[in-house]
Amino acid sequence: MTAAVAPEKPEMPDSLGTSKRNGTAGAASLRSVARNYVERVRGGELGALPAVLGLIVLCVFFAALRPVFLSELNFANLLTQGAGSIAIAMGLVFVLLLGEIDLSAGYASGVCAAVLAILLTDHGWPWFAAVGAAILTGTVIGLLLGVLVAKVGIPSFVVTLAAFLGFQGIVLMLLKEGTNISIRDQTILAVANNNLSPALGWSLFAVSVAAYAAIQFRQNRNRRQRGLATSPPTLLAVRIGGLAVLGAVAVHLLNQERSRNVIVDSLKGVPIVVPVIAVLLVAGTFLLQRTSFGLHIYAVGGNAEAARRAGINVAAIRITAFVICSSLAAVGGIIAASRGNSVDPNTGGSNVLLLAVGAAVIGGTSLFGGRGRVVDAVLGGMVVAVIQNGMGLMGYSSGVKYAVTGSVLLVAAGVDALSRRRAVQR
Amino acid sequence: MTATPILRLRGIDKSFGPVQVLHDVSFDVHPGEVTALVGDNGAGKSTLVKCIGGIHPIDGGEYWFEDEEVQVHSPRDAAALGVEIVYQDLALCDNLDIVQNMFLGREKRRGLVLDDATMEEMAAKTLEGLSVRTVKSIRQQVSSLSGGQRQTVAIAKAVLWNSKVVILDEPTAALGVAQTAQVLELVRRLADNGLAVVLISHNMNDVFAVSDRIAALYLGRMAAQIRTSDVTHAQVVELITSGRSGDLGLATTNGATA
Repeated sequence: MTAAVAPEKPEMPDSLGTSKRNGTAGAASLRSVARNYVERVRGGELGALPAVLGLIVLCVFFAALRPVFLSELNFANLLTQGAGSIAIAMGLVFVLLLGEIDLSAGYASGVCAAVLAILLTDHGWPWFAAVGAAILTGTVIGLLLGVLVAKVGIPSFVVTLAAFLGFQGIVLMLLKEGTNISIRDQTILAVANNNLSPALGWSLFAVSVAAYAAIQFRQNRNRRQRGLATSPPTLLAVRIGGLAVLGAVAVHLLNQERSRNVIVDSLKGVPIVVPVIAVLLVAGTFLLQRTSFGLHIYAVGGNAEAARRAGINVAAIRITAFVICSSLAAVGGIIAASRGNSVDPNTGGSNVLLLAVGAAVIGGTSLFGGRGRVVDAVLGGMVVAVIQNGMGLMGYSSGVKYAVTGSVLLVAAGVDALSRRRAVQR
Repeated sequence: MTATPILRLRGIDKSFGPVQVLHDVSFDVHPGEVTALVGDNGAGKSTLVKCIGGIHPIDGGEYWFEDEEVQVHSPRDAAALGVEIVYQDLALCDNLDIVQNMFLGREKRRGLVLDDATMEEMAAKTLEGLSVRTVKSIRQQVSSLSGGQRQTVAIAKAVLWNSKVVILDEPTAALGVAQTAQVLELVRRLADNGLAVVLISHNMNDVFAVSDRIAALYLGRMAAQIRTSDVTHAQVVELITSGRSGDLGLATTNGATA
């Protein structure tokens, strides 16, 4: 299912002809919704399906071979390991939706992390000011890239490849040829290293599920009152129930004691990065699915000429997408700095960018533009994190890990290309 | 049917650099009628349409709309008058659904948020008004539609905005027999609903099937604008290929070939 069209799959009514919509359009039956979904998948719109299936298969596989994979400690590790590249991948989704690419997002996150570290540690700025400056740095970077792509007309591949090299140099210069700046600010360190108290975890969970349910019910009531097709109540229950169950299991697991030595240090609760990622996910999804800006991103990615004729300012949309991408890369950099307790020339370097692109594509975002959702970044990011983490537990070398992750990315891009061809053939 | 024309062009000239594409063209479009615009390749049909749509500014001549002389400098001006053009390549976004395509660039919003319910209602009403029954769901992605259905969506998009003149550029060029019939039926219905429709077509069968009037361009000049019922197939072909047919058409075709 492509997000552009069906942010909520049940919004697709069943086979009601438009001519007899008024009055008779009620709740679509669960069966017809399911049939519609199967039809779309067969038509080549796989959406998040491969990522979800892959995640399940990988988890079962690693759990069977290495039971420690399922331990609470490892579960929490998985989340904090994946968070940085998930944030970068979320930003990449916006650029990928336009059919563009940002190869510099990794080092952009490195530059922003370096800015953060220098301001915090060398200049003693308060954490919020340093975070603001880091994100502002990302915004400026995005503005620069966006203008070069959209106004000057240099292909994004070249612009961001140049930026990839350039930012690598800037990180080195900022860090005085490769020194390591440690971060001592407790608030920044807490992001990737501390946990919410179990009670706070549960209350956040309760508020989120209640809010989700309220939005769903309100939307459905509004549509019913106006005689538009609505989701079947069963499906509504399944979705809200699904979120509640998954969330509850996760919060429960994370609230277990996972410290190896409880006397020294207690370690339990939802890692703080989880709500951070959740907020980004909700905000990004809202922007893409519920606002005209989001719709215009999909339109430009689907058919830029049609968007232009519809009066959309294509250049402005492109620039904004790059700004969002680099700003989210800054967030990823902050998370990475927090997790590493320091910033060095390798922050945001090596494989960070490729893992983030891999996360977005594995999650179901198309490299051809026009298809994808922010949640893809989270799902794909989890797949990447599970591979890295599981194979590490199995004792494989990083060489093998890279090779496997690369293969998975290739498979995901292949699935994308094939499903697209299938969609075109219809 | 003899109501005054809603759109009147008089003495339109248009050149691209040294090449004069339109010479002193006059063109009338009547509400409630389908006016077929015919002509050979390069006769200036597309240029004329783009001048009407404000994509190309005219070099000289008068543009009258509803008995008032107007200046049309951009597609926005044309849209403000109520002139919508459905291009040959349709310009739909495959990855968006029917409603999203119909409202693209002019979405209804409530505050920041898209007002999907209102847009869906309006789209459904427009399609209903055109008696479109071929689409399964208006939340369907455009990529899943057939060529005829896409054309239908593009036309519905044009009439959604209370437009008065709808210009269709070769709407049946890429369609099969059944779909062509469907689209022609829709074209006829637009005119019967009181819209002024301009149909550009190469296909004489289509032209004779739906049009009330025929305007034939020949090498950038308006050879003739006549009632469809007054001419035969052969005469129209002659007008297209040589600019004149018996008493009809340009006085001397020699001067036309500049």
